[in-house]
Amino acid sequence: MTENTSEKAPRRKPVTLEWSFVIPVVVLALLVFSAIFAPFIAPYSPTKISLPQRLLPPFFAEGGSTAHLLGTDSLGRDILSRVFYGARISLSVSLLVIFITAGVGTIVGIVAGYLGGRIDSLLMRTTDVSLAIPGILIALLLAVALGPSFKTVVLAMSILGWAPYARLIRGETLKLREADFVAQARIIGCSPMRIMIVHVFPNVINPLIVIATMSVGLVILFEAALSYLGAGIPPPTPSWGSMVSDGRNLIDRAWWISFFPGLAIGLVVMSGNFLGDWIRDKLDPRLRRL
Amino acid sequence: MGRFIAVRLLQTIVALIGISLLVFVLVRASGDPTLLMRSSVSTEEDIANIKKQLGLDKSQPEQYWIFIKSLGHADLGTSLLKRRPVIEMVGETLPNSLKLGLSSFVVSMVLALVLGVLAATRRDGWLDSGVKFLAVLGQAMPGFWVAIMAIFIFSVHWRLLPPSGADSIANLVLPVCTMSFFLLPGMMRLIRSSMLDVLDSEYIKLARIKGLPERVVIWKHALRNALITPLTTAGMLFATLITGEVIIETVFSWPGVGRLSVEAMMARDFPVVQGVTLLVAALVLLVNLLVDILYAYVDPQIRYQQM
Repeated sequence: MTENTSEKAPRRKPVTLEWSFVIPVVVLALLVFSAIFAPFIAPYSPTKISLPQRLLPPFFAEGGSTAHLLGTDSLGRDILSRVFYGARISLSVSLLVIFITAGVGTIVGIVAGYLGGRIDSLLMRTTDVSLAIPGILIALLLAVALGPSFKTVVLAMSILGWAPYARLIRGETLKLREADFVAQARIIGCSPMRIMIVHVFPNVINPLIVIATMSVGLVILFEAALSYLGAGIPPPTPSWGSMVSDGRNLIDRAWWISFFPGLAIGLVVMSGNFLGDWIRDKLDPRLRRL
Repeated sequence: MGRFIAVRLLQTIVALIGISLLVFVLVRASGDPTLLMRSSVSTEEDIANIKKQLGLDKSQPEQYWIFIKSLGHADLGTSLLKRRPVIEMVGETLPNSLKLGLSSFVVSMVLALVLGVLAATRRDGWLDSGVKFLAVLGQAMPGFWVAIMAIFIFSVHWRLLPPSGADSIANLVLPVCTMSFFLLPGMMRLIRSSMLDVLDSEYIKLARIKGLPERVVIWKHALRNALITPLTTAGMLFATLITGEVIIETVFSWPGVGRLSVEAMMARDFPVVQGVTLLVAALVLLVNLLVDILYAYVDPQIRYQQM
C-alpha cells in the first residue's frame, strides 16, 4: 500500500526558496536580534572609553586583533559593539515613525477620500504642501527649537511623513466609495464613521502594508542622515549615522570608523527595499507604479 | 490657462501661509521664544529688544502679523553668532549651492537620458541590468557614507582630488559625482519606464513603417514624448536635490546654504535655521508652481483635470 501512495498522490508543489524574500528577511531578523540582545552579544560596552586602545584597525587589517573585530574609534570604543547597539536606535525610531505616519496618513486619507468636498480639498492641499517641503530642513529647525532628543527625531520625521500615506489611501478610498458594498452599507443607514472604520479601512490594509514596508528603508536613511548631521539622538548613545560622522575627520587614518556603520545602514535599507518590493508583488502588484 | 495659473498661484500662497504658521507655532511650542533668539553673549537689553521685535506682550494673532510683516520686508532676522542679517548670509552662500546643485542636475540628467534610453531599447541586456543594480545601490546607500568613502578612495588613497573646500574646479568633482549618484537612479528609472511605454505606441510603429532610421525614431520621436511624464516629478526631484545639498555640502565642507543651516543648527543659531527653512520652502513651492504651469502648457489635459 505504502509503495503506491507516493506515485498516486498529487505531486506537491516544489518548495522553492525565494531568495528575494529570504535574504532580506534574514538581514532584518539579524537587525531585530541584535537590537534586542545587544547587551548579550556585544563584546564590550558601547560607551566604554579606553584611550590606550584607540584607533585599532579591524582584525583583517594590518595591526588589528580579534579582541576588537571591527576595530575601535578615536575614544577606544569597540565598533562592533556600537554597531549592535546602534541597531536599537535605527529599529525603534523607524518602527515608531512608521506607526505614527501610517496611522495619521490612513485617517487623513480615508476621511478626505470618503467625505470629499471641502474637507477633501483642505486635507489634500495640506498633503501637497507636506510632500513638497524638504523634511530635512524642518528636522533641523526642530532640533534647534526643541533640542536634539529621541522625541524630537520622531516628531521631525513624522510631521511631514504622513503625507505619502494620505495621498495613497485617499486614492484607494475614492475607488471604494463607489463600490457596491459601500453603497449598500449607506442604504441600510450606516453612519459615515461606521462605513469608514468597518467597510473602508479593512480594504485599504493591503496597500497600507505595502507602502509601510517600502518606507522602512527611507525612514532608516532619514534617521541616519539626521544623526550624521548632529540633529539626531545625542551622544553618547550609539547610532549608525553619528558613528559615520565620527570617522569623517579621521578618514585618512582610520577608515573603519565610518565604513562599518555605513555598511550596516546600507544592508538594512537594501533589505527593507527588497522586502517591500516582494510584499508589493504578492499583495498588490498594481502599486508597482509608485 | 489663465484660470489654471490663478488657481495654482492662490494655492501656492495658501501653502506659504501654512508653512509660516507651522514655523510660528514651532517657535512658540518650545516655550519661551526669546530663549531661541538669544545666545550666551546676549545682554538684558538684547532680550528686551527681541521681545519688542516679536511683540511678545501682544496677542498671538498680532504676533503672527508682526512675523509676517517682517518676512514681507525680506527681514529674516539676525544671526545670533555672527550678528549679521540672515538674508545677507544666505545671499553669500546661495551661489555656491546653485553651482553644486545645477552641475549635479545637468550631469545626472544627461547620464539619465542616455542610460535610460539605452536601457529601454536594450531591455534585459547587460546595460539594463547594470542600470538596475546602480539604482538598487543608489537607493540604499546613505549619501554621507558614499561621500566619505569617495573621499577615502579618491583623496586619501589615490590623492587625485581635494577632500574639501571650494577654491577650484577640482573641488567640485567629488561633490557633484556623489550628488549625481543619488539623483541618477530615480531619473533613470523614470525615463526608462516612460520610454518603454512610448516605444509601444502606434506612432512609433508608424515612424518605423515610414522607414525612418532607428536612431531618429528613438532619439527624436520617442524621447520627446517620453520626457513629458518625468516632468511631473521635477518638483519632487528639487526637494531631493535640497536634501542632497544639505548632506553633501556638510561632508565636503562646501560653503553653501545647506552647510550654513547645519552649522547654525549645531551652534543653536535659531534665526538662521528659521530663515533658511522659510526661504527654501518658498523656493520649493515656487518651483512646483512653475513645473505645474509648464506641464499644463505641454499637456492641455492637465489644465482641466486639476480645476
